[in-house]
Amino acid sequence: MRHTLLATWAGSVLLAGFSGLASAAYELNMQAPASKVAQDVYDLHVLMMWIIVVIFVGVFAVMFYSVFAHRKSKGHQAAQFHENATVELVWTIIPLIILILMAWPATKVLLSLRDTSNPDLTIKVTGYQWKWGYDYLRGEGEGIRFVSALATPRDQIQGTAPKGENYLLEVDNPVVVPVDKKIRILTTGNDVIHSWWVPALGIKQDAIPGFVRDTWFKADRLGTFRGQCTELCGKDHGFMPVVVEVVSADKYSAWVGEQKKKMAAQADDPNKTWTLEESKARGAKVYAANCVACHQANGQGVKGAFPALDGSKVMNGPKDGLINVVLNGKPGTAMAAFGKQLSDTELAAVITHARNSWGNKTGEAIQPAEVRSQRK
Amino acid sequence: MDAVRTHGHAHHDDHAHHPGGIMRWVMTTNHKDIGTMYLWFSFAMLLVGGTMAFVIRAELFQPGLQIVTPEFFNQMTTLHGLIMVFGAIMPAFVGFANWQIPMMIGAPDMAFPRMNNWSFWLLPPAALLLIISLFVPGGGPAAGWTMYVPLATQMGPGMDFSIFAVHLLGMSSIMGSINIITTILNLRAPGMTLMKMPMFCWTWLITAYLLIAVMPVLAGAVTMILTDRHFGTAFFNAAGGGDPVLYQHIFWFFGHPEVYIIAIPAFGVISQVIPAFSRKPLFGYTSMVYATASIAILSFIVWAHHMYTVGMPVTGQLYFMYATMLIAVPTGVKVFNWVATMWKGSLTFETPMLFAIGFLFLFTLGGFSGLVLSLAAVDVQVHDTYYVVAHFHYVMVAGALFSAFAGVYFWLPKWTGRMYDETLGKWHFWLTIIFFNVTFFVQHFLGLAGMPRRVPDYALQFTEFNVISSIGAFGFGVSQLLLPYIVIKAIRSGEKAPQRPWEGADTLEWTHLPSPPPYHSFQTPPVVK
Repeated sequence: MRHTLLATWAGSVLLAGFSGLASAAYELNMQAPASKVAQDVYDLHVLMMWIIVVIFVGVFAVMFYSVFAHRKSKGHQAAQFHENATVELVWTIIPLIILILMAWPATKVLLSLRDTSNPDLTIKVTGYQWKWGYDYLRGEGEGIRFVSALATPRDQIQGTAPKGENYLLEVDNPVVVPVDKKIRILTTGNDVIHSWWVPALGIKQDAIPGFVRDTWFKADRLGTFRGQCTELCGKDHGFMPVVVEVVSADKYSAWVGEQKKKMAAQADDPNKTWTLEESKARGAKVYAANCVACHQANGQGVKGAFPALDGSKVMNGPKDGLINVVLNGKPGTAMAAFGKQLSDTELAAVITHARNSWGNKTGEAIQPAEVRSQRK
Repeated sequence: MDAVRTHGHAHHDDHAHHPGGIMRWVMTTNHKDIGTMYLWFSFAMLLVGGTMAFVIRAELFQPGLQIVTPEFFNQMTTLHGLIMVFGAIMPAFVGFANWQIPMMIGAPDMAFPRMNNWSFWLLPPAALLLIISLFVPGGGPAAGWTMYVPLATQMGPGMDFSIFAVHLLGMSSIMGSINIITTILNLRAPGMTLMKMPMFCWTWLITAYLLIAVMPVLAGAVTMILTDRHFGTAFFNAAGGGDPVLYQHIFWFFGHPEVYIIAIPAFGVISQVIPAFSRKPLFGYTSMVYATASIAILSFIVWAHHMYTVGMPVTGQLYFMYATMLIAVPTGVKVFNWVATMWKGSLTFETPMLFAIGFLFLFTLGGFSGLVLSLAAVDVQVHDTYYVVAHFHYVMVAGALFSAFAGVYFWLPKWTGRMYDETLGKWHFWLTIIFFNVTFFVQHFLGLAGMPRRVPDYALQFTEFNVISSIGAFGFGVSQLLLPYIVIKAIRSGEKAPQRPWEGADTLEWTHLPSPPPYHSFQTPPVVK
């Protein structure tokens, strides 16, 4: 019985292995570069690998020769030498020379990687727990701003639906940039440190709250390039991908026009008075995009980590305190300040939604004006 | 010496003046008892940290979330790191230091026996704090073992538990270091000059200085997190005029020497084992001492190579890149010396030697990936990916842990007076080295291809290598259960060990002391020529 179990287990592991082999994806090196800097980094790495392979083979050829030839079982008698100044000097100086030769190309690549001068387009990237905000600051498309979050549905992550091709590497709003233009990226963080990384473009830059850092890229081919946050930033660190779409100049101009129109259409009238039903419906969408990760769809939160909203005293208490928490966050906890990410209308709607869902029944709609009056 | 022992000094000897039962261990001031406790404690922590690694690899066996939640996953990676570094590897080498240094320099015991007792007994409460933190509201610390702010500021009370644990561990390390330095500088037998000391003692002397220099820095860093969290300070909070990157500078000013605090005693063990089984003196003893000291000094001036992506000025990056590359020179000298020690020796391959060769081969590989990482432009690509995870497991596991295994098998006959089962020891070695490579070699590819570290789930193109890595990890973990079995079997029913079971071993504990050695190693100092 035990044997059959063991055999079945071993068999399935083997089978998994073979089906894996059949489906490929045993990528052994960096992703195909899509910019000159990325290509330089790729080449530098390959060069290093060859140098390492040569030294490694040399050193261990000597060691393994010794292991095979100088063994006691073959009757080899131990020599008693224990130092040799010349040899020791030689194997101190030769590595030093190799290192100096390595440092030359490494310095050149680093200098070009860090040269952010004269960009054609400047985009500010803000890391939020757990999504990215993009502001097109200068160049064509100036003024465009949006938030980009994971688009992979939760049921794929939980395993209740088959996983799509770009599982975990797809977003609702990708960054769109023109090809062959120097794009300067400014990074900053809203809550904790994140890191913005697109492997094919050869750049990674930490997004640090309170500070602005920069990096740049110039994509040399069209395509969609995917990356991820690479600085541990809390619970959903593994679920905040970066997607950059590199398009032709014409397509980029068209995209800019489209975005501008969309933004105009989306602008809410800040003085509108919302009914309870309208506000709740709008708030449900905002809740799904910003709050479910922690407070959960059923408003129960995660015990010990993220408080329940359903039946919560704060949620059903005076609205001013509550608006303040949502606007400014709660220091020392994962509760972010949403004031910078969401408009007054969205904030009012999501609070209305939470105060009137599950077991909560305050029965009143929060108005955008009430949120605005609390902004400092 | 025997004459002295049978005269009025009998109460100094074996079972004379210590309480029996559990109190023997609680009250002991004997370097061997304390060394034993350090080693068992460290093995227990290896199992705890290993269990956490099991959870991590089980979750990563397939894409998607199957076993744990992302927040618990982060607690596992954090505690796995903290427990392995501070609970398993560091105490293991302090255990070796306790057992070996007095015997190797011809001393009766450590210089400060009571402080020795205290530095050990600070460890279990620290370990308990780390483990209990999992059960407080919000769970354990989940900001990574590096505890980067502001994420660490967001954590629940579990973070405070680990901050206090780090304080205790730091105190323990500092006291242990003072003890080791004093012992080595003051209790050497007549004629045992510093440049005649076994390499293991040299490596610990240097390591102890590193520890005294950097543990207070870590304590300061975590204390600042503590006051930022609870007392309204803003050391690391930009909104209050602080700087989150400042924390990283302070942490890595501790963190990089820490790497060598772990690696240098490992070099020491290897420098004893390789000559013993090559039946040939260590090649280039003097250059070995200088190389070790240079590595220690360089380790203080390279810390920011862990921070190439924080956006420091390019000149800063260039400086840290050059300084880091320089470490390859003394490290290379050590590797060449070990190979030259084996060259034209008369080699045998008992388990300690196998682990030492495994160390040499794989640690060098880890050194090479370190060289790749030193190049700032390449590091920007692989920073915080699985490439880094592979790199530091090659130096921490195949480096430090393999060396600890080599040391355990090497000195077990001396410590217990019994031989271990050589066949089982060899099984332990081969299973360990094979599964180690299955687990970690493929992680280089994952990192290069773009898989970030500390993620509970991954994109589909990373599936195959993760499956392989997880299978390797399970094999690696299970294989380690052989170690306690072999040790206990040796203690219970092992063949009696002669005074010097290894032909080429020539330090004082083999040439002057029986196996097992008397409770107080040397009551009259040996004569060293």
